[in-house]
Amino acid sequence: MVPEFLIQIRDFISQPWPWWVAGPMIAATMFFLLWFGREFGISANFRVMCAADGADNFADFFKFDWASQGWNLMVALGAMFGGYLAAHYFLSPDGDVAHVSAATVHTLQQMDYFAGLDLKEGQVPLVPPFYSWEALFTWRGLLIIAGGGLLVGFGARYAGGCTSGHAISGMSALQLGSLIAVIGFFLGGLTMTYLIFPLIF
Amino acid sequence: MKLSKFILVGIFFGVILYKAEAVSWFRIFEMFHFQSFHMYGIIFSAIAVGIGVVQLIKWRHMKSIEGKEIVFNPKDKSVPRYLIGGFIFGLGWALAGICPGPMFILLGSGYTVLIVFLSTAMLGTFLYGLLRKYLPH
Repeated sequence: MVPEFLIQIRDFISQPWPWWVAGPMIAATMFFLLWFGREFGISANFRVMCAADGADNFADFFKFDWASQGWNLMVALGAMFGGYLAAHYFLSPDGDVAHVSAATVHTLQQMDYFAGLDLKEGQVPLVPPFYSWEALFTWRGLLIIAGGGLLVGFGARYAGGCTSGHAISGMSALQLGSLIAVIGFFLGGLTMTYLIFPLIF
Repeated sequence: MKLSKFILVGIFFGVILYKAEAVSWFRIFEMFHFQSFHMYGIIFSAIAVGIGVVQLIKWRHMKSIEGKEIVFNPKDKSVPRYLIGGFIFGLGWALAGICPGPMFILLGSGYTVLIVFLSTAMLGTFLYGLLRKYLPH
């Protein structure tokens, strides 16, 4: 028999979290890593994983002490556990839903691809249908998943960081380079959203 | 073990981003359409609290648990690498609706197809390593 208070704690955590809870807790994540003598930056793991797979034989960029970066791989591994826990034990009462605005639902309904899904406010799934192995064998799924990964991996290393390294760590330390990178993130994101999405969806 | 605390930080991070729906393609879509404050609220409040954390660490000359003073290494003074690299990253972020953190989180929650995203992200990083000397920085 599970004690009642544990069920209450679980139900409390299971509600969708507002931004003002998540933002400060992300800052806390950064603080913990600084306190442990490290820097918050998830995309650095791609470089570590390349180097560990022998990429150091091909480019000097991968000749570094990657074994000392094992801690960052542990953060990534923990994030995977966190995702598992949230999806299996802390699921919202209304299911795996992205509570996007009515305006967003309306925009989605105007797009050929999403119009067929009959999306309603409060019922938009957390992840889109093209996050599946079946969709990977369609041009759209392959472009989004494989193409998206290629752009994110290349761009993050070129810019020297991703959302965690630049938008959170770098901006918190008031680094000018990170501000420029975040402006770049948004220019790229807006270009994709307004110029390229009409060709894909 | 020394590394276990990093797994705990990762779990903490993973649950936050999942429960705040920051791992959702639809939330990123909404953000780039400026149709909700949600994602901006997450990013801005994280930075606002983060600035406070960094200033406090600097002011108190706080030490890490390893006993060394916590230092913030200034990033290279450059524009092209941040702007061009950031632009390419942004294209992928909006397209796939995920950045590296959420990719690991969703992979753990069972969207195994993202192993393909992880593989091509490593390939992209590898290509950057090869082409680095030819790119403006």
